Amino acid sequence: MSLQATTSQTVGPYLHIGLTWLITENLAPASVGGERISIEGRVLDGDGNPVNDALVEIWQADADGKYAVKGFRGFGRSATDDKGGFRFHTIKPGRVAGPARKLQAPHIAVNVFMRGLLKQLVTRIYFADEPANAGDPVLSLVPADRRATLIAKPVMGKPGALEWNVILQGRDETVFFDC
Amino acid sequence: MSDITGYRRPFPGTQPDYLFPPYASTVKRAPTRPLVLLPHTLTELTGPVFGHDEVRPGDADLTRQHAGEPIGERIIVSGRVLDENGRPVPHTLVEIWQANAAGRYPHRIDQHDAPTDPNFTGCGRTLSDEHGHYRFVSIRPGEYPWRNHYNAWRPAHIHFSLFGPAFATRLVTQMYFPGDPLLPYDPMFNCVPDESARNRLIAALDWETTVPDIALGYRFEIILRGPEETPMENLR
Repeated sequence: MSLQATTSQTVGPYLHIGLTWLITENLAPASVGGERISIEGRVLDGDGNPVNDALVEIWQADADGKYAVKGFRGFGRSATDDKGGFRFHTIKPGRVAGPARKLQAPHIAVNVFMRGLLKQLVTRIYFADEPANAGDPVLSLVPADRRATLIAKPVMGKPGALEWNVILQGRDETVFFDC
Repeated sequence: MSDITGYRRPFPGTQPDYLFPPYASTVKRAPTRPLVLLPHTLTELTGPVFGHDEVRPGDADLTRQHAGEPIGERIIVSGRVLDENGRPVPHTLVEIWQANAAGRYPHRIDQHDAPTDPNFTGCGRTLSDEHGHYRFVSIRPGEYPWRNHYNAWRPAHIHFSLFGPAFATRLVTQMYFPGDPLLPYDPMFNCVPDESARNRLIAALDWETTVPDIALGYRFEIILRGPEETPMENLR
């Protein structure tokens, strides 16, 4: 039997009515082990204006590189505010298997939904100062001069705080994947 | 799951491009640089699991969330969640949201001059059962104007959000109603060239799920991406 996947449609401007009940900005209660991080950023459109009606979802492994373990679902959902801002408080994921059983560098998968997107944008968050980035099988597919758009930047003077933005268009456009 | 090497890529013409100028909001929001083809790794082959501790049976009845009954034509929207290989997708989260019977959302940015309904929020959720079935009770949403172009009106629709078993199976879509005269003019509905794909976004009137004297039934089947089936797997 062969069917075709249902056509994607935009979340539209009223997504909050159906989707905010599951807002999850704190992914890791105190019982979860691992290095505490916070990721904050903004979604900006082609004019550099903040996108105040986006939904950012993340999916990540635990500190040992395991997905969907008891006590840590690994799913986050944040709706952008009037400044286009979103935020997650979580733990840094461990390394997980990649193609040909090679380990991937620590990363977080991201889906972005908004009015004006007929289907979600898929991207990833990687970490600065991570030696494994150099051999990561997915990062290596990204043109070298654009890889920085996938790497969260440490915020000076705030331990564990990272900044990572979603730039929809332009010179610093975030790398998006055909998933 | 460990047998899955990846999910199928879309059949040509059945999924929208990001840039679609007839839908004006895509112009400043669609990526302009080429997408990077992502191999499906363990990250894309796994996904979050939701349970009955957070989704209760009453969450699927949008007509019983307030003290009184909402105004409008009561409907039952049900169907199955399947993958592209025809296999049911069990225990997956289905979220819906919609306008009220007058075409109005209780949302701060909705300024459409139509009444809100104190007995209708328009938000529901459920988990598909072990056979992939889902069912909502609601009221038929109204059409409403939007500012995309002169005299732009959205056809009646219900927004759907689904997870499926993996990050790669996440789907947000909209369900439309049969015979809606606005469909040929709606840039969202018409965002893909494949006419059959568009028509699969339209629910079917369904006598089997219609409850006599209570509510008309509409059937809407949702197909999530299915795993690639390799010749090796077929031989096993």
